[in-house]
Amino acid sequence: MSMSEPAADPVVIINSLTVLYGKQRALNDVTASFPPGAVGLLGPNGAGKSTLLKTLLGFIKPAAGSMTVLGLDVAASPAEIRARLGYMPEIDAHIPGMNAVSFVAYCAQLAGLPPVDAMQRAHEVLYYVGLGEARYRNVETYSTGMKQRIKLAQALVHDPDLLFLDEPTNGMDPKGREEMLELIRDLARNKGMNLILSSHLLPDVEYTCDHVIVLHQASVAAQGPIDELKGPRGSVFEFRIKGDRAAFSRLLHDEGLTVHAGEEDVMRVFVPDQRGAHALFALAARHGVQVRHLRPSLPTLEDVFAQAVGEE
Amino acid sequence: MPIHDQSYRRYSGERERQGRAWTVIAGTGIKNMLGKRKFLGLLIVAWLPFVVRAVMMYFAANFPQMSMIAPSPESFRQFLDQQGIWTFFITIFTGAGLVSNDLRANALQIYLSKPLGRAEYIAGKFAVLAFFLLLVTWLPATMLLVIQVVFAGNLTFLSANLFLIPAILVATGVETIVLTMVMLALSSLSKSARFVGIMYAGMVLFTHALYGVVLAVTRNSKFSWMSLQGNLQHLGDVVFRVEPRYDTPAWATVLALAVIVGGAAFVLERRVRGVEVVT
Repeated sequence: MSMSEPAADPVVIINSLTVLYGKQRALNDVTASFPPGAVGLLGPNGAGKSTLLKTLLGFIKPAAGSMTVLGLDVAASPAEIRARLGYMPEIDAHIPGMNAVSFVAYCAQLAGLPPVDAMQRAHEVLYYVGLGEARYRNVETYSTGMKQRIKLAQALVHDPDLLFLDEPTNGMDPKGREEMLELIRDLARNKGMNLILSSHLLPDVEYTCDHVIVLHQASVAAQGPIDELKGPRGSVFEFRIKGDRAAFSRLLHDEGLTVHAGEEDVMRVFVPDQRGAHALFALAARHGVQVRHLRPSLPTLEDVFAQAVGEE
Repeated sequence: MPIHDQSYRRYSGERERQGRAWTVIAGTGIKNMLGKRKFLGLLIVAWLPFVVRAVMMYFAANFPQMSMIAPSPESFRQFLDQQGIWTFFITIFTGAGLVSNDLRANALQIYLSKPLGRAEYIAGKFAVLAFFLLLVTWLPATMLLVIQVVFAGNLTFLSANLFLIPAILVATGVETIVLTMVMLALSSLSKSARFVGIMYAGMVLFTHALYGVVLAVTRNSKFSWMSLQGNLQHLGDVVFRVEPRYDTPAWATVLALAVIVGGAAFVLERRVRGVEVVT
């Protein structure tokens, strides 16, 4: 008898979703499935990440396709879905003229919590995100980092089943960013919160998420568990040569190997089969190129991303 | 070691059923306005005409030699006319920032990510301004009717002029709906509440000035439908059964007001969105 757990239902399912901004396709025939847990929505600026979240929230009407969130159809039950969602927008957003605790309690009431519970939750959540001491200050006086935290607090206060976090570390200093990522990781790993983290920062996604969906030019370029995407389908080497790097990169490319620029003059070469380092040495020998440095490396999400979007 | 764990906890308490978020928006908006001293001062001043009228009713009811100031249906009409200046200021003070401040702070994304629709958001904002407009029109006018009965000690005036109850309701209700919708629509067009206030004042004054010019040229008052203020005055005259001050047909006034409200609803539909898409 198998002891493995049955796969949980996806929290978000998207089928052939197309979103148009005038004549421009913001999302083009996107089909994706977001499993429970923390899922990274990765892509360069303009790839369609924020548009996807806003479409799932019902802010934007798609031109084609269907979506379900937590088993509910977005087109049919937007309010029911939003009652179970928390959304942290990318841009600065708050209710004007309120202090932090009033703002967060107000958001809780808008989400349906009774006033007393809303106020109690507001205090708790503000402590959780690290704004306990500043909770009676007007939100408009907050720093960028504090504004990011209060956006997380208002998204959390009604205890959603699914969180949408749109670029949550934008504009934060390194320490603040680290703390924000810890909060997100804690929510996903220890508090059982499902979340979708939209970001163009690979380390953020890699640190907090188990799954990733890579968007590129309005389409899904790759999706799956991060470990699997980084998995044993080949090997990665840090590689440095003496001579014309560009010309050798072309040779590598012709051999079916993928080359990404690394730090300084180091190339990161992805060998997609079992040939390993021999392939690199053989090619260098054939073309009389001196190998100065070759070291096996672990595939990173950056490699996955670069491969998915075809970056060199 | 902390006595109480301040980590994140799941919530298992009750939740209100959907469709009530507008009451939260309205209640909070009203509370915020009442917390402003200047606004409270404006409200108190706006009630002074009521006090004066109530005193006049007292004297008319108790001193026969003062019967010339006894209330008539026209005096209720005049009272609401006088309140026009206060509705103007209250509309600007309360309404200018209702949507524009939310646009400035990108609050619409916050509101509309909660389980409420755009209509509910607008209903909540509408209720804030409507509450204060009715507070200085319908409420004092209705209270004057009650006070008249109390001071007179009989129902003679009221039973002879029973139409005043629906007349007050219709005149103040229509005025409230029109002014609130216009102000909300203007408020959704700019991120600056100050600019919205100027736009509103400009619109009220400009449309009336335009009508004044047309009146001067044509010597005919049937073009009062051009003026927002003129339409409301004309409707008030009709429902209070007093001699209308304009020659405009009543249907034209009603149509003009319906077009204004429809236009405002159209603007709100276009402007109140969770995301601004520029194509």
